[in-house]
Amino acid sequence: MARKLLRINMSDLKATYEDIPKKWAKWGGRGMTSAIVFDEVDPACHPLGPHNKVVIAPGWVTGTPAAPSSGRSSFGGKSPLTGTIKESNAGGLSGQKIAKLGLAAIILEGTPAKDQWHYLVITKDGVEFKDASDLMGKGMYEIDEILWKDHPKTAVIGIGQAGEMKLSNAGISINDPENKPGRYAGRGGLGAVIGARGIKAIVIDDSGGPGVEIANKGLFEKGRKNLTEAIQEHALTKKDGGLNAYGTDVLMNIINEAGGLPTRNFSAGQFEGAAKISGEAIAEVVEKRDGEGMTGHGCHPGCIIQCSNIYPDESGKALVSCLEYETAFSLGSNCGIDDLDTIARMTRECNDLGLDTIEAGNSIAIAMEGGLLEFGDAEGALKLFDEIRNKTPLGRILGQGVEATAKAFGVHRVPTVKGQSMPAYEPRAIKGIGVTYATSPMGADHTSGYTIAPEIAGVSGKLDPLTDEGKADLSLAFQASTAFIDSSGYCLFVAFPILDIQTGFEGMVDSVAGVMGMDLTGDDAIALGKEILKMERLFNERAGFTKEDDRLPEFMRYEKLPPHDVVWSMADEELDKVYAWVHED
Amino acid sequence: MQVEVTVFATLRKYLPDLPVGGSKYIEVDPGATPADLMQILGLPAEEVKIAIRNHVQTELDEIVEDGDRVAFAPAIAGG
Repeated sequence: MARKLLRINMSDLKATYEDIPKKWAKWGGRGMTSAIVFDEVDPACHPLGPHNKVVIAPGWVTGTPAAPSSGRSSFGGKSPLTGTIKESNAGGLSGQKIAKLGLAAIILEGTPAKDQWHYLVITKDGVEFKDASDLMGKGMYEIDEILWKDHPKTAVIGIGQAGEMKLSNAGISINDPENKPGRYAGRGGLGAVIGARGIKAIVIDDSGGPGVEIANKGLFEKGRKNLTEAIQEHALTKKDGGLNAYGTDVLMNIINEAGGLPTRNFSAGQFEGAAKISGEAIAEVVEKRDGEGMTGHGCHPGCIIQCSNIYPDESGKALVSCLEYETAFSLGSNCGIDDLDTIARMTRECNDLGLDTIEAGNSIAIAMEGGLLEFGDAEGALKLFDEIRNKTPLGRILGQGVEATAKAFGVHRVPTVKGQSMPAYEPRAIKGIGVTYATSPMGADHTSGYTIAPEIAGVSGKLDPLTDEGKADLSLAFQASTAFIDSSGYCLFVAFPILDIQTGFEGMVDSVAGVMGMDLTGDDAIALGKEILKMERLFNERAGFTKEDDRLPEFMRYEKLPPHDVVWSMADEELDKVYAWVHED
Repeated sequence: MQVEVTVFATLRKYLPDLPVGGSKYIEVDPGATPADLMQILGLPAEEVKIAIRNHVQTELDEIVEDGDRVAFAPAIAGG
């Protein structure tokens, strides 16, 4: 059975199944969300108004049997945080279940009558629109629990109170295999766009669904086998390797050592408390407390990397999943906080309220710089989440993200690009990632072109992080290949083994070609990635963005970052080269 | 001369007495390289992916100096 589109209109509460138009037929994941948003959303529209949409798309191979670590779903729309096109993707249960219902995308559009809230139940038989009154005002831990009572073992996509308030930092929650709200399409505020459709939650029940059609089973099988072997062989992604044993926070100590760990609102590149909030420290806590905590946790069925964790409280009970590097940076080093238990509690607050942890922590750091509380005040920072839960004016300011908070508190050191705050790599100390932050269609985003691989990790070659030379080309290459991987449904972390092991790269491409019946080589992967980037850049241009928006904040040009005492020195002309091809090709 | 050394992630098993974030000082002869330090510490070459000397990535055959800090890490990345 060919894949279908499911269009859900919240103005008249109608759901229609459509054949996929030829122009979108080749896409999955990010390619699909960006193509639909590019074609159907007016770039000039208000992100919370009636003309924006949210598109949800599983990747090309998502839902297929035994494609390793491939449970991602992409969420796309126009971002209230950045005003750009946005794709944010996550693991959890949703991708595989949407794909197994035979759906290539779900389009959420229209706006309901005022104060009308629904939750949707999507099954093989169609869509039910249910009154969400009983769910309103509740956080995601409770929502997931309530919905599993009537709909056990389903995927639950939802928004917390932040999405109800339509805050620009509202993320989209997806439940994990334990039905906890730990997986987030966090960045860019798409939770607010779902809230603006009057949707509190979406239940996906794939029972009896048709499954994913595989056009060329032999090619798929060959590809997935080669990719699996590469993942299992690479030192980073194999069982008991760096990611499996310590999670993404394995990066904390090494980025700190390299002087690139953003600290106290991006005023230093090293944090004296880094070791206390590192992946190694998390692993020690899990072992010592000897309870429900674990490392090597999978965020979706079929993941063989398993970089997630369950962090235990002092009594050994599960407190939160997942405590990641980005979270330990934003709520930790960037706020001057070195207490892992408090960082874990704040992460739980983010997961419950429906906030992106990066933007949430960075907003608190700005408020600290603005004098609301001292850097390092862990208890004070934790209490700020009550302000959001209680919908106070302060809570609403913090929930709007870094730029709004900086204006409210008169702070000029504002680490954002296109309205989105920077993740856990200091661009003055790691120049290539700065090019990605500056030029990505998504705003400051590390995942959209992870040059850290060669600049720090020695994956795919070795480059000096402190030099500008060659970084524009490097960033574009990573941005293009990432757009392809984001479309595949594979977790971005397959990038590390496939960059180092050629048969793994071929395997990834073959598995996609096998599912889709496409004739694909490695070169095609880059070309398809660039096609996606082009749509995204053109959308942004039509939304009013120019090359002047492809810049890092001014303070990074004149404030020297210790310990290397370096400033951002990249020439603007170099940045302008990254996307010059959009109007040349 | 003395050099400060530390190890991260899966390499910690070779220096089990070092606490997380801890380092130690070792005596080496002038002209020593990170590769020599690895041998002294018992770090298998195939498990070391990155060496960082005074916060900058270094080659394993570069000569270290008195008072340097050298950190070793396995393959790491993430997000």
